[in-house]
Amino acid sequence: MTNYKNVMIYAEVVDGKLATVTKELLGCGGKLAKDLGEELYAVLMGSGVSALANEVIAFGADKVYVIDNPLLKDYNQDLYFLSIAKIVQQEIPRIVILGHTPIGLDLCPRLAFRFNTATVLDCVELSIEPKTKLLLRSKPVYGGKALASYVSETYPQMATIRSKSMQPSERNDSRQGEIIPIDLGLDQSFIRARVLEKVIEEKEGIKLEDADVIVTGGRGIGSADGFRQLEELAKILKGAVGATRAVCDEGWAPTTIQVGLTGKIVSPKLYIAVALSGSSQHMAGCAGSETIVGINRDENANIFNEAKLGVVGDWKIVLPVMIQRIKSMLEK
Amino acid sequence: MNIIVCVKEIIDPELPPDNFKIDPTRNIGLCPDSVPSVINPFDEQAMEAALRIKDVLGGKITILSLGNNLHREVVKKPLTMGADELILLEDEAYAGGDSWSTANALALAINKIGNYDLVLCGRQAADWDAGQVGLGIAEILNLPSVTLARKIEVTDGKARVERVTPDGYEIIEVVLPALITVSNELGQPRYAILEKILESVKKEPTIWKPKDIGIEPGRTESKGRQLNLLKLFQPVREGKCEIIGGDTVEEAAVNLTLRLREAKVV
Repeated sequence: MTNYKNVMIYAEVVDGKLATVTKELLGCGGKLAKDLGEELYAVLMGSGVSALANEVIAFGADKVYVIDNPLLKDYNQDLYFLSIAKIVQQEIPRIVILGHTPIGLDLCPRLAFRFNTATVLDCVELSIEPKTKLLLRSKPVYGGKALASYVSETYPQMATIRSKSMQPSERNDSRQGEIIPIDLGLDQSFIRARVLEKVIEEKEGIKLEDADVIVTGGRGIGSADGFRQLEELAKILKGAVGATRAVCDEGWAPTTIQVGLTGKIVSPKLYIAVALSGSSQHMAGCAGSETIVGINRDENANIFNEAKLGVVGDWKIVLPVMIQRIKSMLEK
Repeated sequence: MNIIVCVKEIIDPELPPDNFKIDPTRNIGLCPDSVPSVINPFDEQAMEAALRIKDVLGGKITILSLGNNLHREVVKKPLTMGADELILLEDEAYAGGDSWSTANALALAINKIGNYDLVLCGRQAADWDAGQVGLGIAEILNLPSVTLARKIEVTDGKARVERVTPDGYEIIEVVLPALITVSNELGQPRYAILEKILESVKKEPTIWKPKDIGIEPGRTESKGRQLNLLKLFQPVREGKCEIIGGDTVEEAAVNLTLRLREAKVV
């Protein structure tokens, strides 16, 4: 038996809107709360975010704790950590979940250690064990080669969820809920790690996370120049270009387009994997794609264990042919 | 500058999925004996970050590694890159733990080392991918922390960190001492230096047992854990890949395009 009750999610905000992962958290959190017969709470933080509270309720929260403060305009670990810790201490939720984002992976472990409890990051499955009501957490390990399921017995039970692994909740504007503004008396002096500047490096165009088609190049592309072909293919397919970690490590592509376990998680309709081996860490980033196509000279490349369709051959021959064919198809 | 870098010996993350097996009795991943274990690549990048700071400011880099039956040629690798001292938390009692017990042990060891300006860790270990030990150490030692560093510069008792964001990076200034976790965007770690390789052969690591760092006897191995691993398995791969052929590679490419068109994916 425990006094800790209810499910609490961290409602992440990106560019003034609820992040996609927030809707996934509300979807997943809502299901957990239902299985527990308990309520779903959300913590909404930032500057000028109060207006989003109603939307958080529309997406499933029974209660939204709002901490709206100019000092929270940009994420900084010290103040965000203190704020969430305060609310958790106050409300003693049974379960606390965040998105596995740069914010989630930065906050969650510290919160767990602060509360003397255990957390599991980057979960792809969360469920309630019916008898004990403990949270079962599953996540890929060994770079995605295996799946591990964990349980722990301390509270709160914590986790972060991998993007696109949970069903987002649906908006229902007739939902009722409570909005609780909180003033925590935050002060500049609590900040030990201060954000000085934010730099945008991402090129304009379709974001990988939103693209319907992605063409990704691996080490076999051989150079930054080689990516011109992938860009052309992506363009005529109205898609985006991705890169493996090996390619980014070589400097042939910016790290903002790295797809993989420690890069972007994508789930397009079509994922064309060009000259990449298909390591488990890379597949972790694109396994959610509807159709994966592999193009590689090596018939033993792991990508052919993961893809739906494949061509064994040199991409330098395959891609120009594909581009030419698609162009003539589009002309007709 | 006194920098402590925490490193972990793991099975090679580059191991292809077909060669990876699970040991069902010990619930851990296995690789063929022919494939040597390695230093966690993210920890190598943490090591590289430390060396770049030492290149500019001088000072000492101490390597800390926890495990059991550690392979000396693996854990000595940071010495060959330019680290000054190697301390091993090596004992059966350290095995079978989780992020909790590991962070606690490393924090005790760091306290014992005493005088430090910066603690660096990889963002996660590429075996269990837990991603918690660095931040756990920071919380236990009440250090400010910054994660996902791709560049670290130190001036005037502060670290200026470029932290990876989804669309670029942010610049964070943190007072030292602090704990920073390093991500692959930092870049390639440097190669070993011949002179250092030769030196490292003779260097004996310092070994600290649980009692040396003050771990209570009842708090080791599985009793020091918070998280219980219920199940570890390899998901069965469904579906087969349809290899599209042709008399020539060009023909195969044409056939692929037609196939995609048929499937209305293009």
